[in-house]
Amino acid sequence: MSFLSYLINGISLGSVYAIIALGYTMVYGIAKMLNFAHGDVIMVGGYVAFTMMMNVGANPVVAVLVSIVVCTVLGIVIEAVAYRPLREAASPLAVLITAIGVSYLLQNVVLLIFSSNPKSFPSVVGVPDLKLAGGSLIITGKAIVTILSCIVIMIVLTTFINKTKPGQAMLAVSEDKGAARLMGINVNGTIALTFAIGSGLAAVAGVLLCSAYPSLTPYTGAMPGIKAFVAAVFGGIGSIPGAMVGGILLGVIEILAKAYISSQLADAIVFAVLIIVLLVKPTGLFGKQIQEKV
Amino acid sequence: MKKFVKAASAVLAASMVLSTTAFADATYKIGGIGPVTGPASAYGTAVMNAAQIAVDEINEAGGVNGYQLEFNPQDDEHDAEKSVNAYNTLKDWGMQMLLGTVTTNPCIAVSAEAAADNLFLLTPSASSEQAISAGDNEFQVCFTDPAQGTASAQYIGEHELASKVAVIYNSSDAYSAGIYATFRAEAENQPFEIVGGDLAFTDDSKTDFSAQIQAAKDAGAELVFMPFYYNEASIVFTQAASMDYSPIWFGVDGMDGILTVEGFDTSLAEGVMLLTPFSADAEDDLTKNFVAKYQEQFGEVPNQFAADAYDGIYALKAGLEKSGVSAEADFTEISDALKAAFTEIEVEGLTGVMTWTADGHVSKTPKAVVIENGAYKGL
Amino acid sequence: MKDKTLKSNLITYGMVIAAYIVVQILLTTGNLSSLFKGLLVPLCVYAVLAVSLNLVVGISGELSLGHAGFMCVGAFASAFFSKCMQNIITISGLRFFLAILVGAAVAAVFGVLIGIPVLRLRGDYLAIVTLAFGEIIKNVINIFYIGIDSNGFHMSITDQFSMGMEPTGTMIITGPQGITGTPKDSTFTAGIILVLITLFIVLNLINSRDGRAIKSIRDNRIAAESIGINITKYKLMAFTVSAALAGAAGALYAHNLAALQASKFNFNTSILVLVFVVLGGIGNIRGSVIAAVILTALPEMLRFLSDYRMLIYAIVLIVMMLFNWAPKALEWRERYLGRFFKKTVKEGK
Repeated sequence: MSFLSYLINGISLGSVYAIIALGYTMVYGIAKMLNFAHGDVIMVGGYVAFTMMMNVGANPVVAVLVSIVVCTVLGIVIEAVAYRPLREAASPLAVLITAIGVSYLLQNVVLLIFSSNPKSFPSVVGVPDLKLAGGSLIITGKAIVTILSCIVIMIVLTTFINKTKPGQAMLAVSEDKGAARLMGINVNGTIALTFAIGSGLAAVAGVLLCSAYPSLTPYTGAMPGIKAFVAAVFGGIGSIPGAMVGGILLGVIEILAKAYISSQLADAIVFAVLIIVLLVKPTGLFGKQIQEKV
Repeated sequence: MKKFVKAASAVLAASMVLSTTAFADATYKIGGIGPVTGPASAYGTAVMNAAQIAVDEINEAGGVNGYQLEFNPQDDEHDAEKSVNAYNTLKDWGMQMLLGTVTTNPCIAVSAEAAADNLFLLTPSASSEQAISAGDNEFQVCFTDPAQGTASAQYIGEHELASKVAVIYNSSDAYSAGIYATFRAEAENQPFEIVGGDLAFTDDSKTDFSAQIQAAKDAGAELVFMPFYYNEASIVFTQAASMDYSPIWFGVDGMDGILTVEGFDTSLAEGVMLLTPFSADAEDDLTKNFVAKYQEQFGEVPNQFAADAYDGIYALKAGLEKSGVSAEADFTEISDALKAAFTEIEVEGLTGVMTWTADGHVSKTPKAVVIENGAYKGL
Repeated sequence: MKDKTLKSNLITYGMVIAAYIVVQILLTTGNLSSLFKGLLVPLCVYAVLAVSLNLVVGISGELSLGHAGFMCVGAFASAFFSKCMQNIITISGLRFFLAILVGAAVAAVFGVLIGIPVLRLRGDYLAIVTLAFGEIIKNVINIFYIGIDSNGFHMSITDQFSMGMEPTGTMIITGPQGITGTPKDSTFTAGIILVLITLFIVLNLINSRDGRAIKSIRDNRIAAESIGINITKYKLMAFTVSAALAGAAGALYAHNLAALQASKFNFNTSILVLVFVVLGGIGNIRGSVIAAVILTALPEMLRFLSDYRMLIYAIVLIVMMLFNWAPKALEWRERYLGRFFKKTVKEGK
């Protein structure tokens, strides 16, 4: 029975990673950049929702919506100011380092505004906990909502990408920027749209992360950001179902490792599994193998 | 790049030549080192804010030995290397004594430097033994880890709170791991057993505690000992509530602050017991005055770190008065004077009545409190 | 061509030696602030790290996000060595020299062990695996408890109690609290010598036949393979040399501070070194040294900004990146400041 509890806890942690990883993987798929500031956008989303609820007294739904709008705008601004000028830079590393700079910047701006004292995030989830087997197995309402939102977001995103014009444009840009431009696709617009969607998702992820693990500091986003990055690579970076599966697997492995092997080595085990997966399947679970041509 | 490099090198070269111009305006120069940015910044900020309050109060009341105090806080990002840099920056400023550093590992690095220089070091909150073991010029305001771990185990044993105890701790934090080690050692002499195995977490995995809570629950622990900070504790309480697990929670001084976490549902902390020398809602005038000032200036309720820092400044004042050393003396003279004075003074502060031994340890009594109706109640 | 390289290398060595002489003059005349005296060794540490990482990132063309892991291995191995030998080898210079060799050798072994699987991967997947190895090293070192008493060494991977040590024994590595009380053997002179040795090794490697092979793999892997260059061998060579140098830098770091914790060597430290490399110019060795020095000193120089320090640092970092790398900014520089920048722009690439 306790195994099942661990499993459920793992899935609920994993679904938070998954939702963050979705944003990561979309941005990577199209802009081919590791956006290390993604975790910090999540943190900003958390703070916006927190302020709306605690200081403005807004309804949780309104708070989440405001948070999505703020993060979307933030994502577009970051892309336009810090990343776009470097898109044609001589080395793809330039934009990676700028992303680190943006990450420091967001952390320190929030630190100055909200101070470093942790805030306890009020739960925005009103769904009651599900008790099975006479109360010995509990699935929290937060976990249910997180997993469901994760599935919904995945389905909506997949449909959006495969069935709509802007979605198709994203696919085209991610395959070949030059060719896409020749076909009349607005490359800059499409990339901005991807950042907007990714950052909007980050706001949702921020609210769900903080609801499930209610401690909000300017550095809250950093570690889940890196873990979600690992999850995205796990599933095959650029692949939307991959991000979801990768995130959930990562959460489950982390919790089971803590429970049955060593709580101190849990992270090392997660990373070791990642390495093994990549050595067997060098582009992740769902990643496409791109044939190199001469 | 090249022009930038040239300009930057010029700036560097210029600043290298700037040397010390101390003692120009005869004040006692107190340096402060702690994390003001980075993940540990909540603790450093509290120390710097409270120390400034104490310094302002003392200056308003006419200073010490006829001199004013000057306080210079420097950031170390909770990094040993940056901490030494901050220490050197303060030496250039003319620091005569140090209130710091706030966190343990950086403090070990700085205390080696301070011992070599013979500069008086008083750490408000670095609680490990090693933080003050490098020289006889180093003192602590807070309890040492062994004191806290042993006291907690004894308290649980003497009051027969539980027969099965689980310990969740942060293995990557010297403070938490240090208390756990001594708690475990003392537990062998006490009528309870530690169950649930090794329930550690690390700084990289401190968002989710479900595995540790589940293990404690499965092992039938009636009491969970939590030697770590209130920030993580707020997550543990929330998660445990959703898992229908409600043992006796027992914390140490790092737990203080749990009731002031903005947005935290304090009903979750109902019944939590902790050993703490300070509580922000104590009724004595000293505490009330300090809490009111802190809230007015910084908009937050002060925590344990703030209280220790405030007491630290007053302890320095007491030491300076006792020894009567002049502010024009250099830092080694002041250090020698304070070393001798500290073992003789008795300071009544926010965290109780404090006296010091020659090896730098403070003696004060921790109070056991329990949280009832969202407030501390003495036991 | 050859003369030009030689000249450029001599400038690099000359720059380091000149810096050393200037600092020595300032030291003897007592004009150096305590802050800078304290920064001298860390500056050398980061310069060595930046140069060694540039070998992998710039010359071999692989993105490594786990460089701090090798530094960590080197730091712990050497500090462990020094703690054990403290009473046996009393000449601090000799002990420190051996400690650096130990640090470099252990890090090199890890470089080979990690390099073999890692170098099978490409691009960002390779980057993430180096990150993963870096984190694993940090986590694994965090659980080691090693102590010594009259019966010899005791070790545990859970806690201090299960080691069965005599009460008189001393702990050498205490899990996450790491090693404390490492003898402070690092000096600026030792640091500068290490920088010079690092430059010598890396610059010679780059300009050797092996170095050209490594660069050809970076520029076109398939073409290199088709003319019979052993890709794995050369990549591993660069990776291992880089790891060994990072280990030596770790040794220098460990012997400069009384407290050494594995948590210092996290992802952020790896990234920090990468920032030096990218800002100094990928593949530009001299740039790495300069960038490491400037960016290590910069946050200290900004202390007067108090609360805004790290905010300003972040902004400076972003602006410098845009100014140095954005094609538009380069074009603008070419047009208006062409006289000053023409040469650098070429170097940057």
